[in-house]
Amino acid sequence: MKTVEEIKSAIEAVLPGAGVEIVSNLSPSGQHSLRLKPECALAVAKFLRDDAELKLDYLSNATGVDWPESLEAVYHLYSVEKKHGPVILRMKTANRTDQVELPSLTPIWRSAEFQEREIFDLYGIVFTGHPDLRRLLMWEGFKDHPMRRDYREPDDFEYEPTAHDEVLKRSTEHQAAVAGQPGSEAGA
Amino acid sequence: MKVAEELLNPKLEGWNRPALADPGDEGELLEVAMGPHHPSTHGVFRMDVALDGERVVRLRPVFGYLHRNHEKIAEGISYLASMPYTDRLDYICPITNNWAYALAVEKLTGQEVPERAEYLRVILGELTRFQNHASSIGFLTQEMGALGTPLMYAFREREKILDLFEELTGARMMVNYMRFGGCRVDASAAWLDRTRKVVAGLAGFVDEFERLLATNEILMARTQGVGVLRADLAINAGVTGPMLRASGVNYDIRKVDGYGIYNRFNFRVPLGDHGDVYDRFMIRLLEMRESIVILQQALKEIPGGPVMSSTAKIRGFRPKPGEAYGRIEAPKGELGFYLISNGGPNPYRYRVRPPSLINLTILEDMCLGHDVADVVLIFGSVDIVLGEVDR
Repeated sequence: MKTVEEIKSAIEAVLPGAGVEIVSNLSPSGQHSLRLKPECALAVAKFLRDDAELKLDYLSNATGVDWPESLEAVYHLYSVEKKHGPVILRMKTANRTDQVELPSLTPIWRSAEFQEREIFDLYGIVFTGHPDLRRLLMWEGFKDHPMRRDYREPDDFEYEPTAHDEVLKRSTEHQAAVAGQPGSEAGA
Repeated sequence: MKVAEELLNPKLEGWNRPALADPGDEGELLEVAMGPHHPSTHGVFRMDVALDGERVVRLRPVFGYLHRNHEKIAEGISYLASMPYTDRLDYICPITNNWAYALAVEKLTGQEVPERAEYLRVILGELTRFQNHASSIGFLTQEMGALGTPLMYAFREREKILDLFEELTGARMMVNYMRFGGCRVDASAAWLDRTRKVVAGLAGFVDEFERLLATNEILMARTQGVGVLRADLAINAGVTGPMLRASGVNYDIRKVDGYGIYNRFNFRVPLGDHGDVYDRFMIRLLEMRESIVILQQALKEIPGGPVMSSTAKIRGFRPKPGEAYGRIEAPKGELGFYLISNGGPNPYRYRVRPPSLINLTILEDMCLGHDVADVVLIFGSVDIVLGEVDR
């Protein structure tokens, strides 16, 4: 298995200007990752899958992370054929509000299909090029992205307007009308 | 940098779509919502199926009925406090959920696990795999119309295994057994003896199960050639576990990663030829036999000693900033936990890689062109638990 540095130079030999950046991991797991520029990500991903030495044919895990300045998508790749891994890819959005597009890697690895839908649902990253980008877990019509750290849940998810106020109004009017009639105790 | 044309207009490769017959002028497609309350969906799950006569021309899985945002909850509590929650993911196999989570935290904090605890993990993990596969085959035959009998045979054995779990951990299903750096309680000699007795009886059960089912004419007619999944497609779609191996791909994380102490045991990885429902059934049956082989070795070799490392950090620790991805071969496929620490007492990011959800990615492709009655079988052969799909 190549180290992240070797993978980086292998990518840059084939795709000059891909701008791959190494993100080092200080924890004892020692799983370092590669940050891709979103505009080159698809080409790099295709290279990683098809390269004869790497053959990262299996995308195991795709997930989102919410950082204070941006949203991030993280992909864990393994090779079924060569039995090595993981190689970790990361992509960051420009900000957390209006520039949240990242390229979808579903065309390269189909296993990203549901996982990217989940990231879109829970974090709000919009994956361009995804064949069927809909919410996965929350219902249609739900507005927010619950895994974001600034998400505040509403008091009552299941609030539905009822005829309560209307019925109360009619009842009050009725009571008042009854009170005005002769012989009624309520009016006394 | 110039982006190639094919990348800008990506076509999904390897989609298993048979050409749809034109329904013509006569008739129209019938849309059926299978679920969320349907006995074959193993919980609350919906498949929106479009049918041309009996034939499936579209299938859309709908998730989220059991969604409780487990990941969000885990980000608000300490590392240890998530351990009992993991029991509730795949509630048929709580032990392997505990194991995968403990492994990820051990990777994040760099902890060692004592020898005896590793053996106990393997013993409990393989017992879990055995009872999961037995019940899964039972459910599959139930869906084929064999109402009760094979499922009750499987549950008879499962009950013996759950009794062992209860005796050791205090609970049949919600075991909350593993800790970072070991296991919560030690097994007594009497428990190990009882486990040896139960394991000695399991081979007879597999023989009986195989005699009952493997050459059953109805089972063969219903499952052979149904729901075929090609190997390259299975890999690309991230399918793992018995489903992947039924398609003939030799990928078992116990062998590949050798996590824990799996590289000490001799066992084989059964592989399928055709990748149909029958192969998935058969692979589970064969894996049960291999589990027995592992169990016999582990029960013979289990050493004495502590089950918890003396330097174990269990509660109130703050891992150094960093991240770790730990994965194991759970009975349903690759179960992984991805953790990011920012130096705080809670995980900054806690992610479960659920095999049940990702194995369903390819469900539509397997079902297209089959009869609606086969959808139930194909879905059953994936072997999912909704607690893990929706999290």
